[in-house]
Amino acid sequence: MSRKIQTKGEREEMSIKRNLITIKGVKDGLVFRLDEQCDFDELLAEIREMLENSHQAILSGPLVSIDVRYGSRELQDEQKLQILDALRSKRNLLVRSIEGSKSAELRENAVLRTPVTTMSGMVRSGQVLHHDGNLLFLGDVNPGGSIVCTGDIYILGALRGMAHAGSEGSERAIVGASYLEPTQLRIAEVISRPPDSSEERSSHPQETQMEFAYLKDGQMQIDKMANIARLRRDLNVFKGV
Amino acid sequence: MGEAIVVTSGKGGVGKTTTTANIGTALALLGKKVCLVDTDIGLRNLDVVMGLENRIIYDICDVADGRCRLHQALVKDKRFEELYMLPAAQTKDKNAVSPDQIRDIILELKSEFQYVLIDCPAGIEQGFKNAIAGADQAIVVTTPENAAVRDADRVIGLLESSEHVASPKLIVNRIRPNMVRAGEMLDVDEVLQVLNIDLLGIVPDDEMVIKAANTGEPTVMNPDSKASIAYRNIARRIQGDTVPLMQLDEKKGRFSLFRRLFGVGK
Repeated sequence: MSRKIQTKGEREEMSIKRNLITIKGVKDGLVFRLDEQCDFDELLAEIREMLENSHQAILSGPLVSIDVRYGSRELQDEQKLQILDALRSKRNLLVRSIEGSKSAELRENAVLRTPVTTMSGMVRSGQVLHHDGNLLFLGDVNPGGSIVCTGDIYILGALRGMAHAGSEGSERAIVGASYLEPTQLRIAEVISRPPDSSEERSSHPQETQMEFAYLKDGQMQIDKMANIARLRRDLNVFKGV
Repeated sequence: MGEAIVVTSGKGGVGKTTTTANIGTALALLGKKVCLVDTDIGLRNLDVVMGLENRIIYDICDVADGRCRLHQALVKDKRFEELYMLPAAQTKDKNAVSPDQIRDIILELKSEFQYVLIDCPAGIEQGFKNAIAGADQAIVVTTPENAAVRDADRVIGLLESSEHVASPKLIVNRIRPNMVRAGEMLDVDEVLQVLNIDLLGIVPDDEMVIKAANTGEPTVMNPDSKASIAYRNIARRIQGDTVPLMQLDEKKGRFSLFRRLFGVGK
């Protein structure tokens, strides 16, 4: 049932693959993804090596914010400090956060579990509705208008403008709308837009069913609302009696 | 105390000035005391459309800066006793007046006229802020094009967030029924679905409007043109009458062909 909408693809990133460290450029800085399996000392050596020699060109210059992600590896506080010290040897690197997948997930879950706030009105061209948490919006979002939310966005009305769910990086956030015909959809850092060809679009308005958009392997997907339970077990799922 | 109504659109070229001139004249036809105010300082057109260009002595900037009294700047229409126009200055720019000055001028005009129609410049900058400063109500003009609808939406958003202007009303201008029928032009319902405000009227595209604007004689004076009837209807709705929407479709579709084939109708 799931309808795949053409992803403008390009996640906003450029990857440089080293064996143990992946550097990814994001909007406002760099993310260092550290290998989860290898020996800690090996990893630390690799970080030093990278800073001193191999990545001089990239890592010198203006001040840049760094987020360190160490995945599922269990790190002691002392080990974290060692990584931070290594990174601090470069003056232009500003470590903003150091996080494993557990705490990242916790933070993400915390956002998605917050109660849904209800708002109503119309988001017209040039207007931006910012919300921290999950939002239920009763009304239309017109072309040129946008809703930006750290959690999920549910729109009881027409989404003709832009919606950005999980604006602080939560890839599990979704955008749902009674009438989903956005100019652009964003979830976390993935940007996608509907196909250009008008035929593909025009087939759609007749079947006005409520739909939602979500990320699957970094690609934007669209499905009908009834299938949301398959994706997000954390939303209270009704199973019948 | 009269009503001050600003005519605005965001996008240029959708017919703000023409609409102002025609609704103003139509209200005068209904016997109302009307003043048209051009706030498009530096690019004034209302005087040309009204055919009053050569009668201007003072302008809105002169009034704002106290170089003349309001009455000295008002230009009386050649057709109606109770229709006046306050022209914009042509040699200055939008920053020559402030919203407060305009508000004072509009307030003074309202005490004397039943309707004060304010012709707003295109855009949403200083000129727009000046134009809406004294208004109690707003008419948003759009054409059935996506670009115009977007801009109208933007302007409606700005009007809704300004506290003194009541909920804006929409005029869909320059509709071409045959293009709408062919699905090549947005129809009024589609425009309304996006903008979601009250419809004040629809005006068909009419060559007479261009001709009239060039001769300085508002279309509304010619009772035969479709656009003229549309503007008269709008004026009546403004004064509170209930007038049904104009039927633009002349029923030349398949059905009338069918009727013709079977010798019914013409």
